[in-house]
Amino acid sequence: MRYSGLRVIKEALTGHKGWKPAWREVAPKRAYDYVIIGGGGHGLATAYYLARNYGAKNIAVLEKGWVGGGNVGRNTTIIRSNYLLDGNEPFYEHSLKLWEGLEQDLNYNAMISQRGILNLVHSDAQRDAFTRRGNAMILNGADADLMTTEAIQTRYPFLNVNNARFPIKGGLAQHRGGTVRHDAVAWGYARAADSLGVDIIQNCEVTGFRIEAGKCLGVETNQGYIRANKVASCVAGSSSRLMSKADMRLPIESHVLQAFVSEGLKPILPGVITFGAGHFYCSQSDKGGLVFGGDLDGYNSYAQRGNLPVVEDVCEGAMAIFPMLGRVRLLRMWGGIMDMSMDGSPIIDRTHVESLYFNGGWCYGGFKATPASGWCYAHLLATDTPHEYAKEYRFDRFEKGRMIDEKGVGNNPQLH
Amino acid sequence: MIINHPILGPRDSAEFTYIGDAALIDRPDWQAEDALAQFVDYGYLRDNPAGKHKELWFHEQGDRSFLVVTRDTTTHEISGVELARDVARKRGRRK
Repeated sequence: MRYSGLRVIKEALTGHKGWKPAWREVAPKRAYDYVIIGGGGHGLATAYYLARNYGAKNIAVLEKGWVGGGNVGRNTTIIRSNYLLDGNEPFYEHSLKLWEGLEQDLNYNAMISQRGILNLVHSDAQRDAFTRRGNAMILNGADADLMTTEAIQTRYPFLNVNNARFPIKGGLAQHRGGTVRHDAVAWGYARAADSLGVDIIQNCEVTGFRIEAGKCLGVETNQGYIRANKVASCVAGSSSRLMSKADMRLPIESHVLQAFVSEGLKPILPGVITFGAGHFYCSQSDKGGLVFGGDLDGYNSYAQRGNLPVVEDVCEGAMAIFPMLGRVRLLRMWGGIMDMSMDGSPIIDRTHVESLYFNGGWCYGGFKATPASGWCYAHLLATDTPHEYAKEYRFDRFEKGRMIDEKGVGNNPQLH
Repeated sequence: MIINHPILGPRDSAEFTYIGDAALIDRPDWQAEDALAQFVDYGYLRDNPAGKHKELWFHEQGDRSFLVVTRDTTTHEISGVELARDVARKRGRRK
């Protein structure tokens, strides 16, 4: 069923009796060409692009919980491509371009709102660094705009530019950045993949891999054994847990990142603003709640909840630039588990096991990467060669000294 | 989280800096035949278990000792705290 304005009107006049479930509920077949483990944004996007771009027919996505119940539903919904390094920027810019056409492509309203992202500058050195980053972005075909304090004040009059410790000295804006309704991304990809024949199997947890003579033959699940020509892991947050079943140790630690929503407010904040001196970033949802977050808690965790020192730190960051928020109350807070890699960049690669593939290590940048991650992973699965935009995202980059370390903090996953 | 420091008693975890897996105590022998492979492992690969995890915490805002904390990564419950020095000595290290 194609969604359209006309359809809404027709359904409204006929009592909304014609709507169908967005995707089929299916039991797993005994064998597939491709089994994708993980029904999050990346897994569903991978299945969709495999079917659409490469004509693959026999694909299953296995999800241990429900579609959209993992990190794709727990993030702060920001899209941007403001990266510095060559290994990253073309990939994220491709992702942003895919976001721009996503709703038409999927025929699904993902409420994409490109009202810009602004990274604030608080010192001369930081302005130099952001100038360099902006130039790198422009060189890779992205947009970047170095804004003056006056321009920022005109656009965001509520910002405190005269904070005694961290005055705002300007900012790097990417006006094409913005936010997306994150659940709609999962649902949209699921529906589009399903319409191309992909089997989406929920409540199906992979409990092991069947590996013989160095080749992966299929997966053991709580719904029985499923044979597969190619098995693709796509479970960022739980990558180490899953890949340990194939005796792999990964360059990844799992960390918890907290996020917050305030009570609903009238529209005050267009786009996304990030504090450059502490760790705080904020946008406003369509319901009016301020959606914000900050730093990792900083210790290995699978608990999906964090501790109070980080809550305090994030709220202090908020007060430093948005003093008007002093009386706003928090409505909800939660934690998501990140695959924190050793250089802060992801991995899309083959593994040492034949026909077993890996996608993970997204740190806290996974959501914005969803379309490009699926696009490039599908390319790897279909052609067995890395996609041009993801060719640096290899396992062996640590051994070869080709880290993609945006922040330059080395193998300290908790600091990326 | 409260970390029960063996010398100083219960301390807020915010006083500490998290270092990572306690396996980092066992630095490979740089003269070994396969030293490169061992150091790639040591520097970049982690067990990253869901459950009991032995990890190094540095008491940076305190007595600057390194501790080996046994903590469940699924609940954040701490079940054991030792001085990293004691752990290393038990494994035969001199200092």
